[in-house]
Amino acid sequence: MPASLRELRQRRRSVQTTKKITRAMELIAASRIVKAQQAASESLPYTRELNRAVAAVASFSGYDHPLTHEEEHPTRAAVLVVTSDRGLAGAYSTNAIKLGDRLVQTLRDEGKEVLTFITGRKGIAYAQFRNRPVAGSWAGFSDKPTHQQSDEVADALIEAFLKPTSEGGVDEIHVVYTRFESMLVQEPRVRRVLPLRVVREAVTPDPEAKGPLPLYQFEPDAETVLNSLLPLYVRNRIHFYLMQAAASELASKQKAMKSATDNAESLIQKLTRDANQARQSQITQEITEIVGGASALAEGNDEE
Amino acid sequence: MAETFWVEIVAADRRVWEGDAISVVARTTEGDIGVLARHEPMIAPLIPSTSEITTPDGRREIVVVDGGFLSVTPTRVALISPSAQLAHEISLAEAEAELRTAQKALEAGDTTEENHRHFQRASAQVKAVHLIA
Repeated sequence: MPASLRELRQRRRSVQTTKKITRAMELIAASRIVKAQQAASESLPYTRELNRAVAAVASFSGYDHPLTHEEEHPTRAAVLVVTSDRGLAGAYSTNAIKLGDRLVQTLRDEGKEVLTFITGRKGIAYAQFRNRPVAGSWAGFSDKPTHQQSDEVADALIEAFLKPTSEGGVDEIHVVYTRFESMLVQEPRVRRVLPLRVVREAVTPDPEAKGPLPLYQFEPDAETVLNSLLPLYVRNRIHFYLMQAAASELASKQKAMKSATDNAESLIQKLTRDANQARQSQITQEITEIVGGASALAEGNDEE
Repeated sequence: MAETFWVEIVAADRRVWEGDAISVVARTTEGDIGVLARHEPMIAPLIPSTSEITTPDGRREIVVVDGGFLSVTPTRVALISPSAQLAHEISLAEAEAELRTAQKALEAGDTTEENHRHFQRASAQVKAVHLIA
């Protein structure tokens, strides 16, 4: 019991203040997840329509669009890693960065040159600290991506993809993002965005899309329609990934802050007990001293 | 009574409008197109413009779309655009300011596609506000 009573009380107060902060951050994260989920569900109809339309055009025309064109021997690849702007979210950014590093390694092993794109300050700081070249980076919107911001990212990726490989373009683009499975589970994932693999089954289950797609007419022709649809589709995918990542970030933050609050609570309990013990032993000691002093005085009087 | 069909206007972040309609007029890259009930299934890209929807009670819904596309299926018609606004959601002052900026840029020789779209969007917004006024 080395610490003095005063020190123990001081430490308890400081832990209590920290607990208030982590508790506030936990609540903020929780309320923002609700908003993030709402935004995600409101953008669902658009995603659904876009997926259907792209699937329709792609399956009715055999047209080979640049965005869907698969290079036979890809030599250059780009990786977009989605991380957070701020820390205090547990292992959220670290997990995404680790998966990104693994992906880059795999691509290099396949003999491809890899360009890295990063969103989120954590990822940028990671690359800067290790002196790694970054082809493009964005920050400041990791917990609330708007369309304008995600379009900027998507357009940069499309541009890199459409450039010929010899001029610094890439043959394929991968995205590493953290998928929001539930409030408790968020999992980093790799998705290839470009070249597009158009799947007839939309990513989101569509209750209205029963039966085969109708025989669409394309006005003026399938190629023009596809030209205007695919960039929208890529932008939408990127926005979807960024939104998933934002929800995951907030959920991780909430989880991290919850355990910080819990830890602070148990620490406060321990410090309170220690302080009580110190106070009691101080009192005991004082009583012993008084009793001891009094009997010493009494003995002295007897001898006189 | 004219035959009606279901119309949805979907923007990237929300469903802007949905309901029964008698006709839809939208501007595709090929020009204005009018859709009535039982139109053949079709997909066409839109340019930034005002679209008009006539509802069964005779009202007109004016909506400004920023590109996107028109999708006609046997069951419904959808206007899908990265951003769409109903006319009464638009502020005239803001739209006119936008239009002036875009016009100035055009006159200054900025003929990029982006600025052209900006101009189209702003003039569509101004037009939409005047249409409901």
